[in-house]
Amino acid sequence: MATLLRRGTTDAWASLADNASHTLTDGSRIAVIGGGPAGSMFSYFLLNFAETIDLDLTVDIYEPRHFTHRGPAGCNHCGGIVSESLLQRLATEGIHLPSHVVQRGMESYTLHMDVGTVRLKAPGLEKRIAAVYRGNGPRESEPTGTFSFDGYLQQLAAERGANVVHRLVTGMERTEDRIRITCADGHTEDYELAVIATGINSHFLDLLCGPVAPIRQPTKTTTFICEFRLGKDLIEEVLGDSMHVFLLDIPRLEFAALIPKGEFVTLCMLGDEIDDELIKRFFDSKEFQDCFPQGVVPPHVCHCLPRINVSTARVPFDDRIVLIGDSGTTRLFKDGLGAAYRTSKAAARTAVYRGVSAKDFESHYWPLCRSIDIDNRIGKFVFSVSGLIQKMRFTRRAVLRMTATEQAGDRDRKRMSEILWDIFSGSAPYKEILGRTMHPVYLGGLVWNLAASNWPTSRRRRSDTAGQQA
Amino acid sequence: MAGLGRLYQDGEIIFRQGETGNCMYVVQDGTVEAIAESNGEEVVLRTLGKNDFFGEMALFEKDVRTATIRAVGPARVLTIDRRNFLRGVVEDPSLAMRMVKTMSHRIRDLTGRLARYENTASLGET
Repeated sequence: MATLLRRGTTDAWASLADNASHTLTDGSRIAVIGGGPAGSMFSYFLLNFAETIDLDLTVDIYEPRHFTHRGPAGCNHCGGIVSESLLQRLATEGIHLPSHVVQRGMESYTLHMDVGTVRLKAPGLEKRIAAVYRGNGPRESEPTGTFSFDGYLQQLAAERGANVVHRLVTGMERTEDRIRITCADGHTEDYELAVIATGINSHFLDLLCGPVAPIRQPTKTTTFICEFRLGKDLIEEVLGDSMHVFLLDIPRLEFAALIPKGEFVTLCMLGDEIDDELIKRFFDSKEFQDCFPQGVVPPHVCHCLPRINVSTARVPFDDRIVLIGDSGTTRLFKDGLGAAYRTSKAAARTAVYRGVSAKDFESHYWPLCRSIDIDNRIGKFVFSVSGLIQKMRFTRRAVLRMTATEQAGDRDRKRMSEILWDIFSGSAPYKEILGRTMHPVYLGGLVWNLAASNWPTSRRRRSDTAGQQA
Repeated sequence: MAGLGRLYQDGEIIFRQGETGNCMYVVQDGTVEAIAESNGEEVVLRTLGKNDFFGEMALFEKDVRTATIRAVGPARVLTIDRRNFLRGVVEDPSLAMRMVKTMSHRIRDLTGRLARYENTASLGET
């Protein structure tokens, strides 16, 4: 039976909380529960930071899964997109994603709407976004030299000196001055710091965020992810190196994307509690069907309904405990891996250079979580405006016309395209995206395109042009 | 299996000395060389390989490129945008740590080369 207990009296607990000397010293031990991207990146950066001040730490990553397994057993249930901004930051850090980890480099987005289709190209058609497998490929996939993204990051952490422990953690309790981890096989270990990187699809958070811990879980919603087997050649022919996104007037659907990978294509649907009815409605849409040869959607070989968080945990830390990645906070609907990188690095920096008390995390880790949370609130507004555009055909026409005109021209500033690119890719903070939508030149262009695209004669002409653009 | 960034063919120029730029680059695969052009002559300053970066001065100064970068064989190169980089550094200054280390190595290397050059020049004078 899993447990999370606090030992000692309230007074003892208060004195522990007031103790400001919670710092990591030579020989300190850190448990990282969850060996996905957040856990592995935390371990990697923690050991890097520790090296800069000659601090000798032991890091144990608890991860029962092996990411070398195919199908659900080795998967972390995610669309598997490494955003432009994360890719650039990792490259700046010296973390190179090898070609066997990257299933496909994306050079454009293709936006599908009922009024037409338009392609948004990256500058110089550079492959700026990476499609990866979180595990080692979908169910029914054959070994083709692919390698899991999560497995690769875990390998980096291990090469840096972290120990990967393939045990399931089922309990956590506080001793006098440490955190005791209990595994399913009865094995126990004590640590100076416990880092929770289990994501929100694990039951571990239910154990941690109970009435005995002052941490409240993030709120969640259900998404839908599935894999279609099309074969490499057909994918190249019908989808290319482009991520296909859909802005359709389907209630509760915020966003859907088809992500071409090696032999497979991943469909990712985000919205308000995705269910069978919504999935069927999307599968029946002409825009989605048209992405497949002869308009026939093949049966999917693998699917899941993972939950994603839509708000920040309150409060994602305590003395000697910190929640990172999805367990703590993430960006609304986009760039979850980017948020895992940012939160894991901030937590590692705090632990090494500041300390591991609740106060340390509050001063040096919480500001990042809070800024992500505030930005998500702005993001909710951005998505509600985007929802309005999805609902109104005349606004969709204007978006299509403005984007197609920008893509066909050679102007430096492509304001609508840049906004759409950043919304789709999650590369910029929502605050910045909202700011750009307030720019008078953008607003003027939008008003002009609203008028021009809905003028009866130009509407016919524009739909022809948009069709050619696609 | 796929590569990221943009693929440059052998001899293709990534940017030229004297051009203005607003991004730096990281080599994903292959090799590139940095060339200084003076009076119609080319001097190869250094050769860069996988994971090396170049063009970083454009992130900090609004000035022209100080060297030409050319692919040696097919080379895949990823762009790092100034805006994205600076946004990252404001949030997390340690993001620039690797770059600072590399720039420090390059200054050390240049200082060594300059000292050797001055030694040779002074020997020539005597």
